[in-house]
Amino acid sequence: MKTNGHQIDMNETVISIRNLYKSFGQKHVLQGIDLDLHKGENVVVLGRSGTGKSVLIKIIIGLLKPDAGTVNVLGEEVDQLKDAALRALRLKVGFSFQSSALYDSMTVGENLAFPLKRNQRDMTKDQIRKTIDIVLEAIGLPETINQMPSELSGGQKKRIGIGRTLILRPEIMLYDEPTAGLDPITSMELNKLIIAVQERFNTSSIIITHDLTCAKEVGDRVAVMDEGKFIRQGSFEEVFNEKEGLIKSFYDYNFIQ
Amino acid sequence: MNSTNGKSDKPVITAKIDGFFLQFYDIAVFIARFFREAFRPPIEWGEFVRQCYQVGYKSLALVTVTGFITGVVFTEQSRPTLSEFGVTAWLPSLVAIAVVRALAPLIAALICAGKVGSSIGAELGSMKVTEQIDAMEVSAINPFRYLVVTRVIAMTVCLPLLMFYNALIGCLGSYFDVHAHEQTSLVSFFDNAFAQITFLDYTTALTKAILYGFTIGIVSCYQGFNASQGTTGVGKAANVSVIVSMFLIFIEEVIIVHVFNSIR
Repeated sequence: MKTNGHQIDMNETVISIRNLYKSFGQKHVLQGIDLDLHKGENVVVLGRSGTGKSVLIKIIIGLLKPDAGTVNVLGEEVDQLKDAALRALRLKVGFSFQSSALYDSMTVGENLAFPLKRNQRDMTKDQIRKTIDIVLEAIGLPETINQMPSELSGGQKKRIGIGRTLILRPEIMLYDEPTAGLDPITSMELNKLIIAVQERFNTSSIIITHDLTCAKEVGDRVAVMDEGKFIRQGSFEEVFNEKEGLIKSFYDYNFIQ
Repeated sequence: MNSTNGKSDKPVITAKIDGFFLQFYDIAVFIARFFREAFRPPIEWGEFVRQCYQVGYKSLALVTVTGFITGVVFTEQSRPTLSEFGVTAWLPSLVAIAVVRALAPLIAALICAGKVGSSIGAELGSMKVTEQIDAMEVSAINPFRYLVVTRVIAMTVCLPLLMFYNALIGCLGSYFDVHAHEQTSLVSFFDNAFAQITFLDYTTALTKAILYGFTIGIVSCYQGFNASQGTTGVGKAANVSVIVSMFLIFIEEVIIVHVFNSIR
């Protein structure tokens, strides 16, 4: 299947989530989530703030443990993995934080070199430098290599955050609110970057957002989350064909207001 | 007495007691993890050296000033009593015993708890609330080994060095004071001063410094690593790091003095 100019292999599932539950005290955040991500696919998870979208991808990467259900990533049950195996899996899964989470005591170059030096210890300084240059060029910010995170704009920080995950050449990318807090033009540039990353690095992605433009631009499939469950899944057109309740509110806010 | 909104239904007192013991358990797990991770390769030498520079070199000025003043003041305060008995010649050994056995380890530890402990608590706390520690996790980097192990070992290694340096500067301060009154030479002052110091005194001081360094490192890293609630949590982590470290240092002081005095 071909969508958005890239190839999706519907026979290969890279992430499979079944019957996922997660609560914090009496607050039931996830209440029976099922989701498949196919190779080469971009799935957008849409929902209001506080509906458990970020919790979902933190469970996928193993930062949080589910209360019940299974999360299978690249053939591995995430919550069953020991430390070393979980780290090996994380090399294949990139996570872009909403806050970018750049190391503020390091320059951009050092931020990018940091995971590389610790995970590929046999790389020479020249190889590391070359890899950093390639990634900075891919995200369109080669001139920032010696800058500190505090000297960057919000959009640049997001790009560097994405670059830092790309440096390990992941097979899957998880984006947590990539366009949150950005102006429409920068958001558009970031959407283009997400598509470019997918085409150049051949990744499969889950994008958490409440930005419908982002969902429309980058999503091959959209899943709308409300009160810890997916209330609708399908292509953007399928999901927003019938506008009622939350779907209507989302659509009206993003495209009419 | 019962609480709602997702909180425990236990009475407040019981919940607080539970919380205290749960935190005690968490700290024990944290220490056990430190020993498990500390001896596993690869060792983060670069970060360890950077931390030694932060803990050791950057504390030198403060340790020098406080050590010197302690020596001068202690000598000044002791002189009238000793001169009443006509034994001011005992000043060098009195100062040396006081400095090596008690003052130097305690002063170096309290300076490090205040200066370095708060800085570690705030730095790690800030990294925690801005998701930088999570960012290490998801990049397949072990943040515990990189952030905690290096800082705790650096504290444990540098505090004994700072303590001996503090003792030396304290004695030097005392020498200047003694020299101003009694015209003694540097060599004879230090000969007198260290004649009364035994191997057990050095061992006591070293044991204290190692334990204090380890305590400050573990407490500050634990507080920072488990910070929450945004910027308030960062401030709290820094503050609690200092208070708990100092409290534990005084408790350890009492225990070590009793143990070593029973050996003496």
